[in-house]
Amino acid sequence: MPFADFKYADLIHRCFRCGYCKFPVHWEDVNNCPPYARFRMESYSCGGRLWLTRAWLNDQIDWTEHLAEILYSCTTCKNCVVKCPLRFNVDIVNMIVAARGEMVEAGKVPPAVKRFLENIELYGNPYGESKDKRGQWVDGTGVERYHGQEYLYYVGCTGSYDARAQQAARTLATVMIRAGVSFGILGTEENCDGNEVHKLGESGLFEMLAENNIKQFKGIGIQKIVTFSPHAYNVIKNSYNQYGGSFEVFHYTQILQGLIEERKINNLMSFNAKVAFHDPCFLGRWNEEYEAPRAILRAVKEVELIEMDKNRDGALCCGGGGGNFQIDLLGGSENSPARRRVREAHEAGANILAVACPKCLVMLNDAVKSEELGDKLAVMDISEIVARGCGI
Amino acid sequence: MDPIYQALVDIAGEEYVSNQPEELYIYSFDLGTAEPCRPHYVVSPRTTKHIQEIVRLANKESIPVVPLGGGLSLAGLAVPLKGGILLDLKRMDTIIEVNEKARYAVLECGVSQGQLTSYLEKHHPHLTHSEPGAPPAATIAGNVAIHGQGDLAQPYGFNSDLVNGLEVVLPTGELCCFGSIAIGAGWFTNHPLPDIGLFLGWSGTTGIITKVSIRLFPAKRIRGIGTFVLEHEDLVPEVIFKLTHTQMAEDIVAYSSAIPPFASELQQITVNISADSEKELEFKQEIIWDDTLGEYISRGDGGYVGFSRTLERPQFSKTSDYKKGGGFEYVGSIMPIDRYPECYRKGREISERHGIPYTVTGRCVGAGHCMMFAWTYAFNRADPESIKQAREALHETDDLVLELGGVIWKPGTYGQKLLLDRLDPGARELMRKIKKLLDPNGIMNPGNWEVA
Repeated sequence: MPFADFKYADLIHRCFRCGYCKFPVHWEDVNNCPPYARFRMESYSCGGRLWLTRAWLNDQIDWTEHLAEILYSCTTCKNCVVKCPLRFNVDIVNMIVAARGEMVEAGKVPPAVKRFLENIELYGNPYGESKDKRGQWVDGTGVERYHGQEYLYYVGCTGSYDARAQQAARTLATVMIRAGVSFGILGTEENCDGNEVHKLGESGLFEMLAENNIKQFKGIGIQKIVTFSPHAYNVIKNSYNQYGGSFEVFHYTQILQGLIEERKINNLMSFNAKVAFHDPCFLGRWNEEYEAPRAILRAVKEVELIEMDKNRDGALCCGGGGGNFQIDLLGGSENSPARRRVREAHEAGANILAVACPKCLVMLNDAVKSEELGDKLAVMDISEIVARGCGI
Repeated sequence: MDPIYQALVDIAGEEYVSNQPEELYIYSFDLGTAEPCRPHYVVSPRTTKHIQEIVRLANKESIPVVPLGGGLSLAGLAVPLKGGILLDLKRMDTIIEVNEKARYAVLECGVSQGQLTSYLEKHHPHLTHSEPGAPPAATIAGNVAIHGQGDLAQPYGFNSDLVNGLEVVLPTGELCCFGSIAIGAGWFTNHPLPDIGLFLGWSGTTGIITKVSIRLFPAKRIRGIGTFVLEHEDLVPEVIFKLTHTQMAEDIVAYSSAIPPFASELQQITVNISADSEKELEFKQEIIWDDTLGEYISRGDGGYVGFSRTLERPQFSKTSDYKKGGGFEYVGSIMPIDRYPECYRKGREISERHGIPYTVTGRCVGAGHCMMFAWTYAFNRADPESIKQAREALHETDDLVLELGGVIWKPGTYGQKLLLDRLDPGARELMRKIKKLLDPNGIMNPGNWEVA
C-alpha cells in the first residue's frame, strides 16, 4: 500500500517522542506504558512504535516478525492518549490499530495473533474451545437464557471459558439474582464481542462479529445489556452503533452501584480488609468510569479503600489488553505489567486487590503467584467482594 | 553468531541487547534535525559493572560507545555518528539516597526529572530540585552533563553547579568517584578536593556518568508564577536586573513567540515566587510587582498579567506541533543579559527568513550573571525541505551566538567546530591531551569534541 493511502499518513509524523506517554499522572516512573515497562527499549515506547510504523509504511525498514511483535505488544491501554500533550493524542491508539490492520491485510502478523483470529473465526472465541462449552459456567446457578428479561447479561469469552473468570461470572450472576435483577444470558449462542479483534486490526472479522451480534440482539428484543467485561462494555457501547446497534449498555459495576443506592443490595456485612482497586483500562481511560467500582467498595462495611499511587487515568494496565491476554507478548518477566501491578498493590499496603474485569482478574491472579505474594495479597473481582459482603 | 553481540548478551542479558533493525533504526535518531546514524548494537545496562564490562569490550574490539540518557538534548549529542554500541542508560533508575537535612539526592544515571520530582513531592515535600524545562523524561545526569539549567537557575546557577559528586566509568573501564564521596565521606559536597572537572560539558566523550549527587533546595508551601508583559524588548535587561535585585524570585524567564498571534512581538516575563505563608507571598508580590515593576506600569510600558498559584510544568514539546510536523530544535546560548534585545530581533529575522514562526526564550542564570537564550525552530518531520530550512536557521543562529558575544550551549557538531576554531590554543591543546589520556582508543562518542 502506498504510504499516502494510510489513514493517518498526515498525522503519524507528528509524534515528537518527548516521552510524556511513558509516565503515569504523577510522574513516579517511566513504566506506565506496558510494553516499554516490560522491555525498556525505545522501540517499545509509544513514540518508538509510531516512528517504526511510519518507517515501515514508508519502506524505510522492512517488515519483520520483531516489528510485528513490537506493534502487537501495545495493550491499547490509552495511557499515551491521556499523557501526550499534543493535539493529535486522541488518535495515537487508532494509529497503532490502523498499522496492525495493514499487517493483517498483508497477512503478516505474529503466529499468536494469527491463532487468535483463526480461533475467533472458527469457534467464536480465542481459546479455540467448542461453542458447546460456552454456557457451562452457568451450571447450577439458576441463571436463565434470555427470553425478554430486562437485561442481557453478556459474559464474554474470558468469563465463559477461563476457570478463574468463570467463578467471578457465576458470582456476579448470583448477586444479581439475589438483588432481583431481571436478566438472562445467551449461553451457547453467545459470540465474541470483537473488542480485541478490532484492536488487533482485523476490521473485516470485527465487522462480521458486530453485525451478527447486533442482528442476534435485535432479533430477540434485547435493549439493555450488562457486561461482565469492560472490553465488551467498550465495544458494544462505542462501536456497535456504527453498525446500527444502539443498546443501553452498562458495565456490571454501574448496575451494582445502582442496586446499592436503591438498597436492593443492602446490609453488606463486614469485610475487614485493605482493598486497592485496579482500574481496568476499558472501563477507566476508555470510558472514564472511575467512581462506580469505588462507590461499591466504599459501601462494604469495614473495607478500607486505599489507592495505589497509580490510579484512575494514571493506572498501570495489567498487560492483558489489545489481545495480549492471549497473545502474551508481555509475559515471562518480573517486568511484566501484571507483576509490576501486584507489587504496587502490595507496596501500597493492600491485602485485597479488587478488579472489575475478567482479564485483569486472571492476569493479576497469576502475577500474585509468580511474585509469591499469595499469603499477602488476594485478587478478587468486585462482584466477589459484594457477594461475600452479602453472605453469599 | 556475531561475537560482539554474544559478548554484550553475556554482560547485560539477551532482552537488553539488540542488533535488530528496529532498535538500530529508532536509536539512530535525535529528535532534532541531526542526520540519523545507525548504531551496530543497542544495550540497556542495569549496573555500573555492566557498563565497565561493555566499555572494556569496546576497547578490545575498537568499537565506539555512545551513552544516551533521556535523548532530549535535541542537538544530536547521542547520535552514534560512527556507529558502535549505543548505551541506553535509562534502566539505571534507582534513587539511591535523599539526605533531607543536607539537602541532596544521590541518583543513578537513568533517573528522570519527573521521577525525582514525584519522589520528592511524595517523600520529601519540603525539598525540590532545579527542574529544567525539558520534558520529564529527561534524565538528571544527562542534564547536568550538558550544563543544563532549571527553574532554580536564577538563585543557584547551572544544574552542573549543583553537583556534589559523581561516579564515572572512564573510557578504559575504571571506576572513579569525585567529590566528598571520593574519600568515603558521603555525597554532600564537591569541594574542597582538587577539581577534576572532566566530565561535564564533554558530551560523553570522556566517560560515562553512572551516579550523581545533586543539591536539593527548600520547597515552599506555595509556589506560583506571575507574568509581566513589556511592549519593548529594550526594557527586558533592566527589568531582569531589577527583579534579580529583589532576591525574591525563584525563576525569571523572558520570552516572545509568534504563536499565539495576539502575543506576537510582546515580551513576556514570568517570575516564579514561592512562600510558606500568605503573609510572605503578599510581601514578595508587593515588592516585585508594585515596588519594582510599578514604574513600568505607570509609564504604560508594561503590564502585570496575573499570578497563578500552581507551577505548571512547561510543555515545550508543544512547539513541535507548530507546523503540525512533530519536530523542533533550538540553539541555546549562554549570553550576557544585556544582549536580550539583539538576540530577540536577530532571532526573529532568521525565523522569518526561513518561514518559521519565531520563538525565543531567555532564562536568567544566577543573579543576572548571564542567561540561557534559546532560538527555537519548529519543522515538519515529514517534509525534507522544512527540516533543511530549520537546520540552516540553526546553523545561522550558531554563528549569531558568537557574533553577539555569547557561547553556544550544548552545541551539536556544527557548533562544536565553531567553538573549537575560536578556542584559546592552550585550552585546545589541553583538551586534546586530556582526551588522549582518558580515551586512548577514541571509543567514546566519537565525532563529538574532536580536537585535531
